Amino acid sequence: MNAVLTVRGLVIIALVVALALVPLYVVLAGNYFPLTLFTRIVILAMAATSLNFILGYGGMVSFGHAAYLGIGGYAVGIVAFEGVYSGYLQWPLALAASALSALVIGALCLRTRGVYFIMVTLAFAQMVYYIAVGLDRYGADDGMTIYRRSEFGGIVDLSNKIVFYYVCLALLLGSIYLTWRLVNSRFGMVVCGARSNDRRMRAIGFPTTRYRLTAFVIAGSMCGLAGALLANHTEFMSPAVMHWTRSGDLIVMVVLGGMGSLFGPLIGAVTLLVLEEVLSDVTEYWQIIVGPLFLLVVLFARGGIDGLLAGANRD
Amino acid sequence: MDFWPERTVTEPLLHIDRLTKRFGGVVASDEISLSVPHGELHAIIGPNGAGKTTLIGQLVGEITPNSGAIRFNGRNITATPTYRRSALGLARSFQITSLFLDFSVLDNVALAVQAHAGHSFRFWRPARAEKALRDPARAALARVGLAERADVVVSRLSHGEHRQLEIAMALATRPRMLLLDEPMAGMGPEESARMVETLRELKRELTILLIEHDMEAVFALADRITVLVYGSVIASGSPQEIRANAEVRRAYLGEDSAPVIGHG
Amino acid sequence: MLLLIEQCLNGLQFGLLLFLLAAGLTLVFGIMDLVNLAHGSFYMLGAFLAATFAAWTGSFFLGVVLGLLATLAVGMVVDLVALRRLYGRNHLDHVLGTFGLILFFNELVRLIWGPAGLNLTLPAWLNTSVELLGGIRYPTYRLGIIVVALAVALFLYVLVMRTRIGMLIRAGASNREMVGALGINIKLLYTLVFGLGAALAGLAGVMQTPILTAQIGMGENILILAFVVIIIGGIGSVRGAFIASIFVGLVDTIGRAFLPDLFKLVLSSAAASTAGPALSSMLIYFLMAVVLVLRPEGLFPVAGK
Repeated sequence: MNAVLTVRGLVIIALVVALALVPLYVVLAGNYFPLTLFTRIVILAMAATSLNFILGYGGMVSFGHAAYLGIGGYAVGIVAFEGVYSGYLQWPLALAASALSALVIGALCLRTRGVYFIMVTLAFAQMVYYIAVGLDRYGADDGMTIYRRSEFGGIVDLSNKIVFYYVCLALLLGSIYLTWRLVNSRFGMVVCGARSNDRRMRAIGFPTTRYRLTAFVIAGSMCGLAGALLANHTEFMSPAVMHWTRSGDLIVMVVLGGMGSLFGPLIGAVTLLVLEEVLSDVTEYWQIIVGPLFLLVVLFARGGIDGLLAGANRD
Repeated sequence: MDFWPERTVTEPLLHIDRLTKRFGGVVASDEISLSVPHGELHAIIGPNGAGKTTLIGQLVGEITPNSGAIRFNGRNITATPTYRRSALGLARSFQITSLFLDFSVLDNVALAVQAHAGHSFRFWRPARAEKALRDPARAALARVGLAERADVVVSRLSHGEHRQLEIAMALATRPRMLLLDEPMAGMGPEESARMVETLRELKRELTILLIEHDMEAVFALADRITVLVYGSVIASGSPQEIRANAEVRRAYLGEDSAPVIGHG
Repeated sequence: MLLLIEQCLNGLQFGLLLFLLAAGLTLVFGIMDLVNLAHGSFYMLGAFLAATFAAWTGSFFLGVVLGLLATLAVGMVVDLVALRRLYGRNHLDHVLGTFGLILFFNELVRLIWGPAGLNLTLPAWLNTSVELLGGIRYPTYRLGIIVVALAVALFLYVLVMRTRIGMLIRAGASNREMVGALGINIKLLYTLVFGLGAALAGLAGVMQTPILTAQIGMGENILILAFVVIIIGGIGSVRGAFIASIFVGLVDTIGRAFLPDLFKLVLSSAAASTAGPALSSMLIYFLMAVVLVLRPEGLFPVAGK
């Protein structure tokens, strides 16, 4: 067990504990803003975790992952708009819709490799974005307000912000656990092997495409669930959620935190979103700082923060 | 161990029939025909640019021939995808080392075992704890003499060890036939000698198609040799016959780096 | 019928603008193996710079020329300062690094020019229309765009296929070491090619500005369309980019113009007004999906790659 007692292990434990204590701070300080911010962070961390599964472990650079965030969110929003608020219907629908879209998009995109894959995922996400823009009934460009959060028959009350935060946190930790089980299973070995050397995987007898596609669908549905949470959190859905820069942000979270590391996306999401919050207080033009920062991360910190932490332990 | 159905007794394990591949105007394989019966170690030699790699590419299914047919173990596999050829028992080691560099040695071989242990849509149990994968993998490593290096990350292995691992992975798929693409390339004399020993051991149980530049090794190991020049077969026969073949001598003496056949 | 011809010309004009972007992208990718998301930023910078220079000098043409030269310079500086360090890295690094550049440039433009867009006013003689065969009147300026873009396409063809520098470009794409061994300064070559790509994107942006005004982020949607063009045309192929650009331009423009009306014939008008715009914007992505199914390498893959 002393594997946990490294710098990296301690940072991760501290981070999770801190996240669990956010509501306590909020109640004591009487300031609800951090709860809103951290609910958003936790949800996006879940989306980033799902992306990390295919990007970090599977080597599939999807530049359209925000599409599933939007599909999950719109599934909840549209059902709510039509007057059905049951979460038992909304959430499975969000999962199914994002899984199905990931299946179709993935089947097409996985016919290509490398840089094509990046461009094709981006293009299809843009298509999904334009579909949302074309949904006149559901607000088109302006989006739609969701007047009631998903209802779970009195078992959990999502309209309570603290309860909702813990639901999100539990689902985030659940997806990290799921990712851990997946990457160490036979299935995960194939997905990771295909990242490392797809040609060799075929030569030793794996039909890799169907495993990669399955991974793509799992990641898409996990992200769709995060989208369902996001819709409940913001009580609003618009195409902006799927804007291609949102997909870019998710990639940044994964790489910044550490690709192919279980807690990397969480670390990346916290870092990026808190940084944005801090910088936007300092200057209106905060992206002029963040942009070059990405470039610096790429050039000098390839392992992300998690890689630095692991390195700190070695010294 | 294996039961061969009646028809395969008369048919060679691998039969290549007038295989032709053109790249633009270049004919990389020109009506190549050859057969490898069960249990034979068949070597393919030829000067650079003879089309050996193109031939292997067609055998494993990465390159589609323009015409001709490949039969393996009694069935036509000319249009069979790569991963299914592997499932049929055709295993390949790579000329350019192409292992999973960020995995451990044992993980690499275990992956090869897993490829032939049913489907891999198993999402929950940790694969690294499965004896059914790890034990055969350790056995394959032992056969090529890499048992002690099992837990090392592949990127830290020496060049010779990479090659041994390549063969262990091919073995782990429990093949009927091994396609070895220049297993001795870039090896020092000592490593080569060890590889020759390993191959001599494997030869007892497996049919092997060996593509190799190292003439000493080829003439020491091969039962039969096929000589490829500019994509066509110019000779095929026992090592003695090949040594004596005038056309082969001409083809090789025309080459600058010609190894002197006959002193091998 | 007249409308159809007019829309075809609009589609051609849009397609040619796409080509100017796609050509730069595909050249940079084919030669430096670099995926440049920030290519759309040069489209935007070209527009803003030209509009600014035109306002300063009071001359449309001087503004355009100065704007293009400035974009060329910015492109070369970006290559020297940032992208040069990304060559040889993996594509994910390119994507992230250039994504950072987009954010930077968008914010920079907002800082310098403010959030509102800029106009570029046409000189009076261009702001007219000409009569084509069959009595169709078509804006002179749009016709000008078609002529200029075709001339640039011809220039690129001659440059790549017929000149020494083009030979180097083609050789560099397939054999980096060899060009280096010949004593050619490959880094300088890269910087020049990158600057050229930036200027082409800038030219597209400049030409679009009198029609649509210069806006922050204007290069992003069209960049994604340029990606679609490259996927359809085959990466690294200028010829493929040319044909696919025109194809995409025509399909998109004509689809948007006629598909909603077509739907009204089959569907109720309420359903049609919902489905029409959404579906017509999906048209080119369908096209891309079809190409992916039939020819994942694109219609004109570069041989030997």
